[in-house]
Amino acid sequence: MKETMLEIKNLTCGYDTKLVLQDTNLKVEKKEFIGIIGPNGSGKTTLLRAITRVLKPNKGVILLQGKDIWQMGFRELSKRIAVVSQSLPTGSMSVEEFVLLGRIPYLERFQFLETKRDLEIAKQSMDLTDTLRLKNQLIEEISGGERQLALIARALTQKPALLLLDEPTAHLDITHQVGILDLVKRLNRDFGLTVIMVLHDLNLASLYCDRLILLHNGLIHKEGAPQEVLTYQTIEEVYKTVVVIKQNPLTSKPYVFLVSEEERNRKPT
Amino acid sequence: MLVLLAAAVLSLSVGSAGIPIKKIIPLLMEGKGSVEYSILFNIRAPRIILGLAVGGALSLAGVILQGMFRNPLVGPYTLGISGGAALGVCLNIVLRLSKTFGLISLPIFGFLGAVMVILLVYSLSLRKGILKIQGLLLTGVMISFISSALIMLFMAISHAKDLQGIVFWIMGSLEEPSWFLIKVVLFLSTLSLGISYLFCLDLNALSLGEEEALHLGINTERTKRLLFIIASVLTGCSVSVAGIIGFVGLVVPHFVRMFVGRDHRILLVSSFLCGGSFLIFCDTLARTVISPLELPVGVITGILGGSLFIYALTKKQAAL
Repeated sequence: MKETMLEIKNLTCGYDTKLVLQDTNLKVEKKEFIGIIGPNGSGKTTLLRAITRVLKPNKGVILLQGKDIWQMGFRELSKRIAVVSQSLPTGSMSVEEFVLLGRIPYLERFQFLETKRDLEIAKQSMDLTDTLRLKNQLIEEISGGERQLALIARALTQKPALLLLDEPTAHLDITHQVGILDLVKRLNRDFGLTVIMVLHDLNLASLYCDRLILLHNGLIHKEGAPQEVLTYQTIEEVYKTVVVIKQNPLTSKPYVFLVSEEERNRKPT
Repeated sequence: MLVLLAAAVLSLSVGSAGIPIKKIIPLLMEGKGSVEYSILFNIRAPRIILGLAVGGALSLAGVILQGMFRNPLVGPYTLGISGGAALGVCLNIVLRLSKTFGLISLPIFGFLGAVMVILLVYSLSLRKGILKIQGLLLTGVMISFISSALIMLFMAISHAKDLQGIVFWIMGSLEEPSWFLIKVVLFLSTLSLGISYLFCLDLNALSLGEEEALHLGINTERTKRLLFIIASVLTGCSVSVAGIIGFVGLVVPHFVRMFVGRDHRILLVSSFLCGGSFLIFCDTLARTVISPLELPVGVITGILGGSLFIYALTKKQAAL
């Protein structure tokens, strides 16, 4: 039987002036790899922020492994959910120090030093993310792709059951885009980590995610396997852009082609 | 630690009546009753202890605030707390309240002024139960301007004799006759060091930003409030006892960060100790440069701190 990792019931949530998400329901099974897609302002990041308790919902509950997240302590929550946020880290701290920050939820109030086990876990996550070789370099001296890896290493050091990623491939070249997503996929497959990822790139989402959630104006417009969600009717309706969708010859997953204005106006012969 | 000890000993020995360092220990052991003993104990020791307490408190407040705001230009005086304290003292001097209530009313008024500002800044920055860090900073800076304008107003309408008192107080000094107040400041600053140390990991996490700290399981609301209050109390009591001694709280944290890095587990304690020794050292200079006259210690901390800092900064850039 499948175990539920996260259940969102009737979530309405937003900011002072505007409610972004309305009456959202979502159920995520353990070990699923979920992609959240949708146009800018459709509520993707808001959904992530609600799950991590940054935003208090106006209505509805969010259950993590059957427990209401607002009934949990901050530390307890951060032992189960780790977040790879959009902003890359800066500052003059070494990669190892940065990754070790992920152990903070596990340190007691009167415990100021990490134990051997903490150091061991940090080393493992740096090893997995291929950042061990950078451990003595300063965060501000490594490249954007490497910073993103360090950010993932820190999240893994929290030993979470659920990993949230907010556009992990933004600003990265294709090598790093694929590298990061391959890594996340590996973590999902080999370590049973449940993954929820916000992505702008529909083709990457199609390639890596088991299930896609398409958000539109704060509502879940459609959800399902990539081939169910990424149809040209749906995409054109939500994104208001003309697209052509073909199958990827290798994976037979849908691939979205954009169409420029010139091409659009050219009459089909 | 060693630096602190050296500064303390140096300060004990140097003064308008020089006492050689090697004479100090025998004096402490058996010199009771002699003139030198009383100079050491009644004049210099209190200044050293107050220097440690005030310098430590200001630097600690600086580290906490810079860590919390993630802004290197924030210091204990940015939040208007010192302005409030100065205003309180000014009011006291102008209204001649110290004549009726005694000299002890000066620091008390200073502290009251500081507390008022803290409450004002704090409540203005609370929005829907959330303490807005940027709001805190902006309100603090504005209140600081308002209080300095009011101080200028008082200065403009006060008598020449009061004016000198105000100016002298504002410039700051470690001259403090009351052992009781010295003990209070020392107690509060070490207590705050202890409490804030419990939050060193929270501060480390906050250096990544509030949302990231939340993701790491930090109760950011509680931490922000507590740290703000600690920093305010530290600033408030140092300012009300020692006046506005500039620069210590801004520069010492930077200086220490250059040497020990950004980990608050080390940063908090070393800033406290460094701040203390720096102030003791500056005070010693202030007493001796044009002895027997005394310079305001704020002059020394500003000149020395600023130039040392620029020197360290250029050197560090050259090394990179």
